[in-house]
Amino acid sequence: MIRTAATILRKDLRIELRTRESVPAMALFTVTVYVLFHFGLDRDSLDGELASGVLWVTLLLATVIGVSRLFATEREQGGIDALLLAPVDRTALFLAKAAALFLYLLALEVVAVPAFGLLLLGPDLVDTLPELPAILLLADVGLASVGALVAALAIETRARELIVPLLLLPLLVPLLIGAASATEPLLRGDQAAEGLGRFLALLAAYDAVFVLIAVAVFDFLLDD
Amino acid sequence: MAAAAIELERLERRYGERVALRGVSVRVEVGQTLVVLGANGAGKTTLLRVLATLLRPHGGACRVLGHDLPAAAWEVRGLIGYLGHDPLLYRDLTGRENLGYHARLRGVAPGRVGEQLKAVGMERRADEPVRELSKGMVQRLAVARATLHDPALLLLDEPRANLDPGAAEQLEPLIGRGSGRTRVMVTHDVEGGLTEADLALGLRGASQAFALRAAGVSPSEARGLYA
Repeated sequence: MIRTAATILRKDLRIELRTRESVPAMALFTVTVYVLFHFGLDRDSLDGELASGVLWVTLLLATVIGVSRLFATEREQGGIDALLLAPVDRTALFLAKAAALFLYLLALEVVAVPAFGLLLLGPDLVDTLPELPAILLLADVGLASVGALVAALAIETRARELIVPLLLLPLLVPLLIGAASATEPLLRGDQAAEGLGRFLALLAAYDAVFVLIAVAVFDFLLDD
Repeated sequence: MAAAAIELERLERRYGERVALRGVSVRVEVGQTLVVLGANGAGKTTLLRVLATLLRPHGGACRVLGHDLPAAAWEVRGLIGYLGHDPLLYRDLTGRENLGYHARLRGVAPGRVGEQLKAVGMERRADEPVRELSKGMVQRLAVARATLHDPALLLLDEPRANLDPGAAEQLEPLIGRGSGRTRVMVTHDVEGGLTEADLALGLRGASQAFALRAAGVSPSEARGLYA
């Protein structure tokens, strides 16, 4: 199954590198929203809850773009039939799509987090950004697993552009709470924040639950 | 009696409330060719997709290569080659990359990719993105994909669409009678289909109009399906 997932993932990454359809769109959207906040809020810098909320809500909305495009090549070029015709475990498809989305999110954050720091954080708080990776990684696992699940649910629906955000965003509320709450003390300049471990545990539990749910139901989602 | 390659007994398939196939019964022996004839919407593609395990049968019995569908869909998938309207190739990958991807998915030796490209006459254009190839060339690659794993049963939907006579001749050893494979072939070429087939299945309005030896069906009778 891992070998099959790696084959599908390699194919997805090769197509993304050639077409540059998902990651650049996600990054451009995110930077544009940060620019809008920079001018719209008319403040020199943000901190605490507001900064954390702006960071995470924007990343979640950018994830919607990635999820909407996750099965685009399969849908538009018949790849899903080719996968269903092959004697492969369909869980491998979930693993590959979730891994692809995870890598897209990492690539997005390489651009988005420095842009966020530059446009919306004061110079003191920019130093806190190196503390973020653990939160980002845990959140990305959750975003990728729920995103792959929702993308598969929407693949055969005609109104998939509506279905993806309508299904995805409510499912991401616990993740948003965990990620934003874990990030907020860092963006207050509180490096030794209390409760950080609790919120990281919440994110880890969310990841585990949705990875297990996805593995359990993915086969049925693609069945006729 | 030897096991048949395909045994259908009052096969039924619906899309919601709409019946797409009803009461289809046919038996195809190993190595035989079944041609499926009928007007647009008669259920030909639906039948192919049921046999390919892409759609579940909703009624009747469906046995393919000794396996009951949908229960044994997994076993059947490794044994069939499906050539539908869509080539099932990624346009942003080259022909070689597409075949390599399908070979890895199916556990086929990588060397087989080169053999298939040669067999369909696409060696020289194998490293160009599929989006830059003509429809005929894409169809050649689709044939290479469908036969990559040396399937026992071929499910062919207008297999010679977009092919010039030379290409059609070149692909005969892979998808024609000479392949020695059991074949189910959907075509609108009534005369050609009847000549090539052992059995003929006529579909009209999602129901079976006839299932006879091809030699016993006159072209005029078959053309009546399109009236």
